[in-house]
Amino acid sequence: MTTGPTDDIILEARDLTKEFKGFVAVRGVNLQVRRGTIHALIGPNGAGKSTVFNLLTKFLTPTRGQILYKGRDITRTKPADIALMGLVRSFQISAVFPHLSVLENVRVALQRPLGTSFHFWKSESSLYDLHDRALELIEAVNLTPWAGHTAAELPYGRKRALEIATTLALDPEVMLLDEPLAGMGHEDIEGTAALIKRVAADRTVLMVEHNLSVVAHLSDTITVLRRGEILAEGPYEVVSKNPQVMEAYMGTGHA
Amino acid sequence: MTMQTRDTVHEGIVMYGGSPKILMVGAGLLLAVLAPYVLYPVFLMKVLCFALFACAFNLLIGFAGLLSFGHAAFFGSAAYIAAHTVKEWGWAPEAGLLAATVVAGLMGLVFGLIAIRRQGIYFAMITLALSQMVFFLALQLPFTHGEDGIQGVPRGLLFGLFDLSQPLTMYYTVLAIFLAGFALIWRTVHSPFGQVLKAIRENEPRAVSLGYRTDRYKLVAFVLSASLAGLAGGTKAIVFQLASLTDVTWQMSGEVVLMTLLGGMGTLFGPVVGAGLVVTLESYLASTSLPVPVVIGCIFVVCVLVFRRGIVGELMHRLTGKGNR
Repeated sequence: MTTGPTDDIILEARDLTKEFKGFVAVRGVNLQVRRGTIHALIGPNGAGKSTVFNLLTKFLTPTRGQILYKGRDITRTKPADIALMGLVRSFQISAVFPHLSVLENVRVALQRPLGTSFHFWKSESSLYDLHDRALELIEAVNLTPWAGHTAAELPYGRKRALEIATTLALDPEVMLLDEPLAGMGHEDIEGTAALIKRVAADRTVLMVEHNLSVVAHLSDTITVLRRGEILAEGPYEVVSKNPQVMEAYMGTGHA
Repeated sequence: MTMQTRDTVHEGIVMYGGSPKILMVGAGLLLAVLAPYVLYPVFLMKVLCFALFACAFNLLIGFAGLLSFGHAAFFGSAAYIAAHTVKEWGWAPEAGLLAATVVAGLMGLVFGLIAIRRQGIYFAMITLALSQMVFFLALQLPFTHGEDGIQGVPRGLLFGLFDLSQPLTMYYTVLAIFLAGFALIWRTVHSPFGQVLKAIRENEPRAVSLGYRTDRYKLVAFVLSASLAGLAGGTKAIVFQLASLTDVTWQMSGEVVLMTLLGGMGTLFGPVVGAGLVVTLESYLASTSLPVPVVIGCIFVVCVLVFRRGIVGELMHRLTGKGNR
C-alpha cells in the first residue's frame, strides 16, 4: 500500500458493512480511490459490488462503517446532495429519460445551476441558452445525429453513451459508473472504453464491472470482491495472477 | 458541428407540436365560445368544471407519475369553502373562489407532506385514507350541514360588476376560469420545473443522481394540482349554488381517474375530452332507464383494452407516430 498524502485519496470507505435481515452483503470493506485514477470494482455475481456501489452513492445506508469524500464524512448525506458535491453515478440498467429527447436528457442535467428548476411559471425557452453546451456534450459522445430523437429510440450502446454525456453535464469530480460496458456488443465496448478513458483524463472514475478482462487495460487499480469482502487489490498484472482471484473466476487463469 | 445543424435542432424543438395544434386550439376556443348558444349552459359549465378537475389530476399522474386517489378531498372541500364564504359570510364570488383555491392548496401541502415519500399503491392508499378523513369531517362538521349540504348559494356579482345569475355571464366566467387553469397547467408542463418533473416521472433514481431532491418537486406539483382541483370544486359550487357530500366521496376521486384515463393521461387535452365524455354520458343516460355506472364501466373497460393510451393519447400516437409529451 502506498504511503502517499491522504488528500490524494478522493473517496474512501472504512469498514463498510451492510446487512440485510441477517444476511451480510458487504463485510468490512476498506476502499481507497485515488484522485485522477480509473478504479474498477469487480467480482462474480453476488459478490456485493452493486451493494458497495449503492452504499458509496448513498442509495443505501450502511449498517456500519464510514464513507469519506475529500476527507469529509458523507455517510449520512442524502443522495441528491452528493451529486452537488461532485460525486455523480450512473446506473446498471441504462438510466436515460426515455420520453425526453437526447438534447432534453442532457439539458435536464445542465439546468439545475440556473436556479429556475422550481419555476413552473417560466417558459421552457428560458432553457434554450443551454443548448450549445448540451450539443457540445452530445457531440463528445458522437450522438449529434440523434439530438432531436427521444432517448427511447436509441440503440442500447447509444443509450449508455447518452448516459455518460448526461453525467458529464454535471462536470463531476468523481464519476461512478455501474457496469458501463455490460450488455454491449464488441464494437460498442471499444468505443465506450475509449470514451471512459477520455473523460477520465481530468477526473476520477470508479466503475463496477463483472469481468476482469473488460477492465484489464482500462483501469489503474482493480479491487476484486467476493462474498462481500475484498479478495485482492492492485493493478491488473498483480490481481490477475492472484491464485484466489483465478479460482474465484471459475477456477481458470483466463479471468 | 456546423451552425446549421444547431439551428435545425433548435428549430426542431421550437416548432415541436407545429401549427396543426394551434389550429386545433383555435377551433376548440371558437367552439367553446359558441357552445352556449347551442347547448345547455349548465351542462357545459359542468363539463368545464370537471375538465379542470381532471386536468389538475392529470398534472400529477401524467407529468409527475403520482396516482392520487384522494383528489375529491380538494375538489369537495373547496366547494364547501366557496359555498360557505359566499353564502354565510357574504363574500364576493371571486373572494370565495380564491379562498377555496388556497384552502385546497394548503390541504394539498398537508396531504403531500404525508404521502409523497411513498410510491405507487402506497401513495394512492395514503391519499385515499386522508380523503376519507376529510369525508368524515364533511359529514360531521356543523358548517357543512351534513347530508343536506350547503344549498342556495347566491352566485352574486363578479368583481361587483357582472351578474352571475345570468347564464351566459356565468358561462363565460367559468370558461375564463377553465382557460386560466388550463394555461397554468400548460405553462407548468412546458417550464424548467416541468422538465424536472418529467425527468422524475421517467426515472426518479436518475433524477436524484443528477442532484434533484425529487420529493420537493413532487410536493410542489401536488400542491399545484390540489389548488387547481380546488378552483374547479369552488367554481362548481358557485355554478350549481350547492356544495354537497357527493363531491368529497371516494367515488368522485375514482371518477376523475376514469376521466383522465379515458381521455388519455399525460396528454394535455385528454382529461378535457374524458371529462366531456363522462359528463355527457351521465346526463344523457340519466333520462334513460339504463344503469349509468354499468354503461360507463363497460366503456371504460373497452377503452382501456382497445386504446390503452386513452382517446387523445391514441389519436396523437396514430397521427404523429409517437406519443405526446
